Amino acid sequence: MFDPHAWRRQFPILDREVHGKPLVYLDNAATTQKPLAVLNAERHYYEQLNANIHRGVHALSQEASEAFEGAREKVRGFIGAQQVEEIIFTRGATEAINLVAQSWGRSTLKPGDEILISAMEHHANIVPWQMICEAMGAKLKVIPMDDRGVLLVDQLDQLLTEKTRLVGVTLVSNALGTVNPVDDIIRKAHAVGALVLVDGAQAVAHMAVNVTALDCDFFVFSGHKLYAPTGTGVLYGKKALLNAMPPYQGGGDMILQVTFEKTTYNQLPYKFEAGTPHIAGVIGLGAAVDFVQSVGLDQIAAHEDRLLQEATALAEQFHGLRIIGTAPGKASILSFVVAGVHPHDIGTILDSEGVAIRTGHHCAMPVMDRFCLPATARASFALYNTLDEVDALFRALYRVEKMFLK
Amino acid sequence: MSDLRDLYQEVIFDHNRHPRNYGPFPEANRHADGFNALCGDRLSLNVLVQDGVITEARFEGSGCAISTASASLMTEALKGKTEKEIAKFFEGFHHMVKGEPYTVDMGKLAVLAGVSEFPARVKCATLAWHTLNAALHQADQPVSTE
Repeated sequence: MFDPHAWRRQFPILDREVHGKPLVYLDNAATTQKPLAVLNAERHYYEQLNANIHRGVHALSQEASEAFEGAREKVRGFIGAQQVEEIIFTRGATEAINLVAQSWGRSTLKPGDEILISAMEHHANIVPWQMICEAMGAKLKVIPMDDRGVLLVDQLDQLLTEKTRLVGVTLVSNALGTVNPVDDIIRKAHAVGALVLVDGAQAVAHMAVNVTALDCDFFVFSGHKLYAPTGTGVLYGKKALLNAMPPYQGGGDMILQVTFEKTTYNQLPYKFEAGTPHIAGVIGLGAAVDFVQSVGLDQIAAHEDRLLQEATALAEQFHGLRIIGTAPGKASILSFVVAGVHPHDIGTILDSEGVAIRTGHHCAMPVMDRFCLPATARASFALYNTLDEVDALFRALYRVEKMFLK
Repeated sequence: MSDLRDLYQEVIFDHNRHPRNYGPFPEANRHADGFNALCGDRLSLNVLVQDGVITEARFEGSGCAISTASASLMTEALKGKTEKEIAKFFEGFHHMVKGEPYTVDMGKLAVLAGVSEFPARVKCATLAWHTLNAALHQADQPVSTE
């Protein structure tokens, strides 16, 4: 049986108190806490290896470069990419999507072309496409969803046309917890010659992903939602596509030769990694990948599902509470509203009990519009959460009820 | 953190449950929309100004208890005040909810002073006032607390 208490000891922050109460951290969909392995990896880099990478002949630079490239290989294995140069480090999933939208989009899209996204995308997988569509005269279309938060994939046959150039879809919805059938979407998109970008930001900490088996063209995720430092992220792209794409940013490390007349760009992956990257963060990301794999994603998924089932059962008994997002097979997220209490007030009262949840639109305002809500409250679980913490959430919610609905 | 009761006083619950001056107001001659992008609070404010005096103010929209109560209390406080008096009030309110010293007598609005202990909620309390500012100065764009 999976024991979250054993793993909790790896997360020093979970020992702290908030407003005199033990911290109950249930905002993992926003960012996860960091284990000692990650903190130590960053510290080790700064204490022992700190040097710029890919440049110096001196020992520190070589060791730092090895650690950095070692993290790239770990990420490759983690998502099942075939070649290490298909792994591009970015500041996060947002930058990875912007990279594809600007580099691939600008060199490929023509007026009248179409980009298809889903109705449950995070703003990070909406706005970059709106920007490039506007610049290139392309059109943005949306796969709708039903009242449970399930994508209406049967409409793909109409939505996908010979004009569709790319489909952008999230694997797990950050606002609803829905797990989308991306394998289906990828197959159908490829049948009309469209590429597929899968946003894995909300998925990689909760389920095993294999980009080769999925056959997606691009896959992005953020390190900080995978127990790694903020400011780290990954773009996976098929090598042929990445090779054909122009650089996103110009600068150091992405060049082979520069004269004032002409620059020869570096090979993959460095072509897309201009400037000194977040070296310590990327090394921390490598440590986070090792950590998650040592815990085991299957074990994590099963444990988080137990927490979600328990939370869902308690939510269903809570008078006036409505769960937003009731798709079958959801991942780790309980989004909800309580009649008569605004989510923001719920958030403040829960905080006074030490319970951290997210309240607001979750950077998915079209999702809120779809459910005719200004905001929801969202509890999201990670491998270190316990059933006791689920109980603490509902004890705090009963306090909200007592204050607001007496 | 201060006691939650400093934030959620009875007056605030009362104005949240039964907001005053809530509803449409077609006779208004000043209007603005306010939006708190962080939490999704929306506020539509209509004001009737006659000879430099606010004779009536009403609002519509959805928001948390703090933003709803703040809007409700504000519309009550506005009636009969000149635009100049309002400007002083606005300044005093800002200082109060940020926990800074202020000299204006805030009257019933003083129940919102507890907000200063909850920095994440200051924007909720000030949304109505930013919207009022836009309405009185006839800004075309919806205001945001960002």
